[in-house]
Amino acid sequence: MSEKKVFLILQDTEDSRPIIEAVGADNPHVSIQRQPGMVRMEATQSLRINRETVEEKVGRDWDVQELHLNLVSLSGHVDEEDDYFELHW
Amino acid sequence: MAAKRMNSKKRYELLTRNMGWETTYQSMDEVFPYDKFEGIKIKDWDKWEDPFRLTVDAYWKFQAEKDKKLYAIIDSFAQNNGQMNISDARYVNALKLFIQGVTPLEYYAHRHYAHLGRHFRGEGTRVACQMQSIDELRHAQTQIHTLSHYNKYFDGLHDPFHMFDRVWYLSVPKSYFEDAMTAGPFEFITSVSFSFEYILTNLLFVPFMSGAAYNGDQATVTFGFSAQSDESRHMTLGLEVIKFMVEQHEDNLPIVQGWIDKHFWRAYRVLALVSAMQDYMLPNSPMSWKEAWDVYFVENIGALFDDLSRYGLRMPKYHEVATAESEHLSHQVWLTLYNYSHAAGMQTWVPDDKKLDWLSEKYPNTFDKHYRPRFEMFRQMEADGQRHFSPGLPQLCQVCQVPMAFTEVVAGDAMKISRRVSTYKEDRFYTCSDGCRDVFEGNPAKYAQAWLPVHQIFQGNCGGAELADVAKWCHLQPGDGGEHVGSPDQDRWKKWRGEDTVKPTVMAAE
Amino acid sequence: MAIEISSKQIEPIRHTYDYVARRIGEGRPGSRYQEATFDIQPTANFQYPSSYAPKYALFDPARTAIVMEDWYAFLDPRQYYYSAYTVARAKQQEVVEKNFAFVESKNLLTNLPDDIKTVIRKVLIPLRHVEWAGNMNNCSITDVGYGTAITQATLFHAIDKLGIAQYLTRISLILEENEETGLDAAKQAWLEDEMWQPLRRAVEDMFVLDDWFELLVAQNVVLDGLLYPLVYGEIVDDLMVRGAMSLAMLTEFMREWQKEAERWTSAIVKAACLESKANAAQVSTWTRVWTDRLSDALEPIACAAFDPVPTQPAPATKRNLGRLFSKSEDQCTRSVDSLSVTAVSQVRVALLERLQKQGLKLAEVA
Repeated sequence: MSEKKVFLILQDTEDSRPIIEAVGADNPHVSIQRQPGMVRMEATQSLRINRETVEEKVGRDWDVQELHLNLVSLSGHVDEEDDYFELHW
Repeated sequence: MAAKRMNSKKRYELLTRNMGWETTYQSMDEVFPYDKFEGIKIKDWDKWEDPFRLTVDAYWKFQAEKDKKLYAIIDSFAQNNGQMNISDARYVNALKLFIQGVTPLEYYAHRHYAHLGRHFRGEGTRVACQMQSIDELRHAQTQIHTLSHYNKYFDGLHDPFHMFDRVWYLSVPKSYFEDAMTAGPFEFITSVSFSFEYILTNLLFVPFMSGAAYNGDQATVTFGFSAQSDESRHMTLGLEVIKFMVEQHEDNLPIVQGWIDKHFWRAYRVLALVSAMQDYMLPNSPMSWKEAWDVYFVENIGALFDDLSRYGLRMPKYHEVATAESEHLSHQVWLTLYNYSHAAGMQTWVPDDKKLDWLSEKYPNTFDKHYRPRFEMFRQMEADGQRHFSPGLPQLCQVCQVPMAFTEVVAGDAMKISRRVSTYKEDRFYTCSDGCRDVFEGNPAKYAQAWLPVHQIFQGNCGGAELADVAKWCHLQPGDGGEHVGSPDQDRWKKWRGEDTVKPTVMAAE
Repeated sequence: MAIEISSKQIEPIRHTYDYVARRIGEGRPGSRYQEATFDIQPTANFQYPSSYAPKYALFDPARTAIVMEDWYAFLDPRQYYYSAYTVARAKQQEVVEKNFAFVESKNLLTNLPDDIKTVIRKVLIPLRHVEWAGNMNNCSITDVGYGTAITQATLFHAIDKLGIAQYLTRISLILEENEETGLDAAKQAWLEDEMWQPLRRAVEDMFVLDDWFELLVAQNVVLDGLLYPLVYGEIVDDLMVRGAMSLAMLTEFMREWQKEAERWTSAIVKAACLESKANAAQVSTWTRVWTDRLSDALEPIACAAFDPVPTQPAPATKRNLGRLFSKSEDQCTRSVDSLSVTAVSQVRVALLERLQKQGLKLAEVA
């Protein structure tokens, strides 16, 4: 069970860049793979996007729900809060 | 005078949940007449969790932004004749299948999620279903708009909704979805939100959308990405629904498992058409059906059910049959379509050498042994001016309504047609597999009444006794189906590219 | 890869989908609305009987007494398909968001005088339950209605009403500084206070209506046709005059929405009446019955806004005169001259006059 991976796939666009950077910064064990038009981020057990980190990377206020604009696919149980978005098994 | 801070979960609840009430002038059971008859027991609807807390104003905002981007691409595609960038005219047959067989399902989903959005007793659940209903309308309409430009330049896309109600292979998706829609709300949501939109979604998305990317169809790729963010919400609804049902009452578990089994199998049979599209219709295939099955089903769904086992759920019944079939499925279906595309709204052809070699490589255990020889025979017949079309009509499975071309792969005999017989009220009914037979025998009265296109043709309900009459009744036009080589689609394509003088034999890929 | 095609002509082989060309003629492209609406809904060869409504096919024109040769006569004058609808609402939503932020940050709602707050709490906030009912009813029509033209419009309506219910909820949260007390009180009033019962009974009766077109008339044509002009017109106008500009800002969306919705509902009524005398008679009957019932149901609500017992002497303006005649503690005055009766009567007359113009036969309009 502890080996189970969660993943998050975003469109490979400028809008996604700060989110991808934030995920990389906050999740040391994440593996980030570029595929045609998409970026796949995979981690064991859980993966978290912190709003504060994204705001740092993007240079403006950022709403966790803006994720909806770039989402392609995901795997894992979803936990959406004001300050973060997390996937976990 | 600072207002107290309220957490987003609480706030969302206030914005979606406590506006309903226990009705008193009409009883609650009269107001909600449909959510108890299936035997699913819900002790506390309030335990429903909303994973994505999208208020209506946020929905408008985000969806509008997505739509503006999508329609800008659709307009640009049309303005610049983007269809000229596709790999080959053969590719467009994938789009014919899509608009005839998938788009109408989006519309069905839109209507039926509205049904759920009214008839589930739980408020949070109703709101989630309404969001899905409007999303599905979005998908149906953006697909229509994305493919509109293709319709102007290629055959087969001109009358999809009329065809959907009548043409033989389209009764496969039609009967699957109507099976779910004529069931109760809990069965429907298990079927569509979980079996289809969670378990099997990538096996629909990847073939079509990656197929579009690999074959230069920018419009469809853009549509695909735009729809996928909605699909993530839908997938999450599917998972949430299953968890909710099994957590609410232990009696729900066997019912839910039964539905998972039934609708996994039915949805898998619908995807048989997609497998053939993926392996054969795409001039450039991103991955084979078998590869997609291994990643998106065996690996991913294996992990999912690992997690769900704590609720007492197990993998869907006959999943191992589907996995065994993955090395045969696309070939058997394509060969069937090849025989009958004169009566279809999409074309078929013998694959070129590049594709045949690719198939040999992707299917080392089965292709050269069972299927390549047939294609070489068909190619020879074509060269002799006798391109083969079957003059009769195939027997359809009573449940999935795919022609009975599947074979006993699990039993080790890939050359033996898989056929099951059931008796109901002194009539015999034929199904293609244990999976379909189980569905039939689970409710024979229902499936005995199915509108099977082949039977209907023989009964004279489809416009007449001749193929030409039936085609007319279905609004099938000569350029829509049949053989691709020598078709108007191909002729026009060559003319546009200045290749009129090129001999139409083996098409070299780009 | 791009192809050099400068010397080749690329002519389209058709201008639009056949199902559009059959209606608009050959030789020209259909609009996005037409492509997305005409004849999308399946009509034939349904596979199985319904387990929960076996009397009807999956989509069945027999679910209403209204009879149409062509259900696509009910085109939406706004031409809303998904994208047009969402983009329009997103634009409006941006303005609403600014207004909410402005009002909240400057305490413009919390600083209102008590008597105005009372009206907001008593009259406006419980309406979130009426909007919720409107959401349910429109979902119902989308479920069992016939033809893409009407059923997509009713889904947009359902989402709109949920949106409005959410705006009303937010108004309460601002007013009560994020406490739920206002929402709890409003719900209790909705369930128990005498003034709300006729309306609650009416919407619960709507929940179980058999005929979806009757439901459309009752909910979208009549109820909204009376309630919105009354509340977001008459009542909010009155409050604005008394100083509640902030409330007007927060409810402007509702006012605009109703004007837009009326274009659609008027077109529906007109198309039904044009079809046949039988349709016109049926819609007229439904309209008369529901208008009578709902105007009566709205009177106590108007009363609570216009004619409640004043807690302090009100400035004597023309609009306030009715208040000088109110009598008892908790009761409103419903004399024929009182403001509430006048207000309800005015919106009722306006509604019936508008519907007569669409072809309804309504015996008396006053």
